[in-house]
Amino acid sequence: MSYYFSIVGTNDKALYEHEFGTSKQGGDGIARFPTESRHHIQFVSNSSIDIVEEVQWSPTTPTSGGAPMYLKHIDKFQNLYVSGFITGGNVKFLLLTAPAAAPASRSSALASSARASAYPSSSNYNPTAPATEEAVRNFFVDVYDAWVKTIMSPFYMVNDKVTSPVFRGRVAGAAKKYL
Amino acid sequence: MAATPGLRYPSNKKTIYDRNLNRSKNAELSRAAFAYLFVEMISYAQKRVKGIADLERRLNQQGYPLGLRLLDLLLTRLPPPSLRPTRILPLLQFIAQTLWRHLFNRPADALEKSESDPAQYMLYDNDPLPNTYISLPREMSQLNCAAFVAGVIEGVCDGAGFPTTGVSAHSVGEQEGGGGVEGRMWPGKTVFLICFRGEVLEREEVLGRGGSG
Repeated sequence: MSYYFSIVGTNDKALYEHEFGTSKQGGDGIARFPTESRHHIQFVSNSSIDIVEEVQWSPTTPTSGGAPMYLKHIDKFQNLYVSGFITGGNVKFLLLTAPAAAPASRSSALASSARASAYPSSSNYNPTAPATEEAVRNFFVDVYDAWVKTIMSPFYMVNDKVTSPVFRGRVAGAAKKYL
Repeated sequence: MAATPGLRYPSNKKTIYDRNLNRSKNAELSRAAFAYLFVEMISYAQKRVKGIADLERRLNQQGYPLGLRLLDLLLTRLPPPSLRPTRILPLLQFIAQTLWRHLFNRPADALEKSESDPAQYMLYDNDPLPNTYISLPREMSQLNCAAFVAGVIEGVCDGAGFPTTGVSAHSVGEQEGGGGVEGRMWPGKTVFLICFRGEVLEREEVLGRGGSG
């Protein structure tokens, strides 16, 4: 299971990108995307920004006057699932999940990747399951914590790229813990 | 934590990411320190401008990034579930209560919607903090240093997705129309005029219909 995490600023430019694989169930934490479709990842991720902007205004109840930050599962493309989170300052966190095929059919999946859909379909990944949602939400909350600390710096201008290696370490740590 | 080339760490190896966000939750800043810094900010701005409107605009610009940062910080400190404000009224209440309490340890005094202009809202503060330490010479009596706080408000509104055409601060303390008895009781009474842009009103309308429909 591979993940692509990106932070998109208010001008729709990517401020931060990070790829990783799952560390659970024997995964080694390295992302494995089929090489010919790497560019798809960014494309799919950015196309879900529109959906985030649409969903962000719907309140939880008609009278609450507020909307939650964690937007859960917002988009699906072929076999890629996108979850979203929006901060108070309208900065969007996007997590794209590419479930891997079962190990037994790994080689055949790679061979067939050139033909049909580029991603092996995995029927046992359910993005709306409460456990997955909880895990992704915890990941987002951790990253949001690190993000608020980043923007608190008076030297950080709005929509700057985030280049701190400490921030990268925090995101990687959160990913290892929850995903 | 190995020191990477080009990045310097303080000697105790703690970066900004190690500081707790709630660490300064109940911390108070000394008024004298703020007054000192604010006076310097005004004179810094004053050297570079030629008019009062320009000076107010500079103070506004100085407060704007503060608003953006405070929005996220205060949202993290809200008790869960923290909801981002999506309608105008909760946003203004967030500003009048949470933001004001954070900055001045008391909520704002009044919040009104303007009769004449549906895009305009007014926030009243009887005694804004920045003005207590500034005395205005006669030729600059139009100036209101709460333009700095107006900049903070504008930052919060813009950050939350409610673009404004401007947030300005006006003193209404000495006027007749400033509320009779109250005008005399609070000579520093200031009103913050918040003018939202057209698209905000359109969205309000759509959301309002959707919520009740």
